[in-house]
Amino acid sequence: MIYDDLNIIFPEIFLSVYAMVALLGVVYTSKDELAKRVTWVTAFIFILVAFLIIFSEEKTEIAFGGMFINDAFSRFSKIIILLSAAVVLVMGQEYMSRRGFLRFEYPLIVTLSVVGMMVMVSAGDLMSLYMGLELQSLALYVIAAFKKDSVKSTEAGLKYFVLGALSSGLLLYGSALVYGYSGTTLFSGILSNVSTDAPSLGLLFGLALVIAGLAFKVSAVPFHMWTPDVYEGAPTPVTAFFATVPKMAAICLFIRVMYDAFGNIINDWQQIIALLSILSMFLGAFAAIGQTDLKRLLAYSSIAHMGYALIGLAAGTEFGVQSVLEYMTIYITMNIGVFAIVMSMQQDGQSVTEIASLKMISETDPGKAIALVILLFSLAGIPPMLGFFAKFEVLRAAINAELVYLAVLGVLASVIGAFYYLRIVYFIYFGEMPETPLDDAKSPILRTIWTASAAIMIFGIVSLLGVEQMAKAAAFSLLN
Amino acid sequence: MGAAVFAFYLFALSTITGGLFTVLSRNPVHSVLWLILSFLSSAGLFILLGAEFVAMLMIIVYVGAVAVLFLFVVMMLDVDFASLKAEMAKYLPLGLLIVIVLLMELAMGLAVWVPSDGAKMVLGAPIPSDTHNTAALGLLIYDQYFLLFQLAGLILLVAMIGAIVLTLRHRKDVKRQDILTQIYRDPDEAISLKDVKPGQGL
Repeated sequence: MIYDDLNIIFPEIFLSVYAMVALLGVVYTSKDELAKRVTWVTAFIFILVAFLIIFSEEKTEIAFGGMFINDAFSRFSKIIILLSAAVVLVMGQEYMSRRGFLRFEYPLIVTLSVVGMMVMVSAGDLMSLYMGLELQSLALYVIAAFKKDSVKSTEAGLKYFVLGALSSGLLLYGSALVYGYSGTTLFSGILSNVSTDAPSLGLLFGLALVIAGLAFKVSAVPFHMWTPDVYEGAPTPVTAFFATVPKMAAICLFIRVMYDAFGNIINDWQQIIALLSILSMFLGAFAAIGQTDLKRLLAYSSIAHMGYALIGLAAGTEFGVQSVLEYMTIYITMNIGVFAIVMSMQQDGQSVTEIASLKMISETDPGKAIALVILLFSLAGIPPMLGFFAKFEVLRAAINAELVYLAVLGVLASVIGAFYYLRIVYFIYFGEMPETPLDDAKSPILRTIWTASAAIMIFGIVSLLGVEQMAKAAAFSLLN
Repeated sequence: MGAAVFAFYLFALSTITGGLFTVLSRNPVHSVLWLILSFLSSAGLFILLGAEFVAMLMIIVYVGAVAVLFLFVVMMLDVDFASLKAEMAKYLPLGLLIVIVLLMELAMGLAVWVPSDGAKMVLGAPIPSDTHNTAALGLLIYDQYFLLFQLAGLILLVAMIGAIVLTLRHRKDVKRQDILTQIYRDPDEAISLKDVKPGQGL
């Protein structure tokens, strides 16, 4: 009965209750003075819930008549979401409080968006999918505009909101068509009602619109227009959040919808995903070349990376799903490191994000330079960094699924993409000494995070700490 | 043609007309009024479906609160709609192209609409005969759709927090009225009598 259902969604309930209690508690006490403490507590709670999920029983359960699915797949993505959200929160609090715009609502809005993401990856129904998606997006629109006295931040929030609303519209329209065809919004119902031989044209339109709506959320080309502007305009800690946590949630939701609801008509969506993936990889590689702002460059880099992740989805196999999950985990780890470095960049106490300001940091801060070079090599996919193995796995999934053209194009795009990462490396070691070098941000937290992230990129090839097995179990639970 | 069919076409037509003129009308206040018409006629459509409660909610919430709020916002905001419209004209050809493509797709998709075999089994009469409209809705919302209902509440909470975070400003440079200090002010301390001797200042 409902008691069992509530037990299954306990982590979500716990987080939402925490957000509400903390909100009330802080409002009636000293408000923003507690902001730093609330951020730390929130990060701690995320880690706590992540461990709660890690040590929970390994079984597949469904709640609320199939609307909510708790299986190895959703547990894996929830753990990654919670842990990375905790790290990003800790990373950002110092940056935000130094610049005076850390408010106590920030960690709480992030908490609610994490609840939304957890619902997304567990969704078993078009309606719970939409509710989770909207909960996380609405929270993201708010934090994009969080720095209210900055015009760019406000613009980023508004742009994200308008385009996000458009994508929600597409998604809902698609869902309506799918519902009209299959007579149910439950994924399991859609799966059994959609036949392999001849799905109706209306259902295919619905499928295409649903994919378009989801592609907006993972910022795959041609639905990527918002990404560079939002990444550039939003405060750097918020950008770091956007580039990591919601990406994981959106990709996992994408995988779940495609397999749980449309798993019978893989041939019909495979080509759409493959096209999205090719376009994203190439646009990401070419458009990043001319960028001068590091945040914009990372936006295009994330578009390209989403392209690679979609290769694994396009493969349409269990190994493909596993490779996407591994890819996303590695992508998040390295992006956290890169953003820790971006957050530490400042000149005369003012934060800067121009690529040119990184010139010759090998002289001023050799440790940071080495970490950044490792992370950039890893982003570019140069062996023996972990990023190479991430790409290798998705390409292998594509070849196993006989999509050789996709793998070849992926390699080509990654060679082109390596150029702009290597250009930064060139600036770091061989550029001219700038007039005002970057000062030392003196942040032990950020230094620890980027060092750890760079270390994982090197030592991760020895052992992924069980991520591989977990991803395998997750992929297995989704497809069987 | 039965009365119900006639009513359906009447409401459907006025919903679409309302929607169309919301977008097309030059005066934004008129747009909101058209929007209200569109809301009212969709309430009519709900009544035809047998969902009286939803229809009443539509009128109370959308027409009574949301649309009136819009009206105030539109009247108070100083937005130059003429220049916005001029911007829109630039993108009109592209927009029209997309509209035509979408319409053709829809025609292709919906003209040959065949629901799956399973769908016919799942689709039942949505109106329960033995319970009241509101009771049936309550049973669904608080039982089957409990999760969705609570999530909708969370979304509203985020919207509320967001609206407050993004608009509330604590300005330090303005003097604010502090009612408590005003009330607790002691008149004896407010005025002090000084005995000023003739020919001397203070």
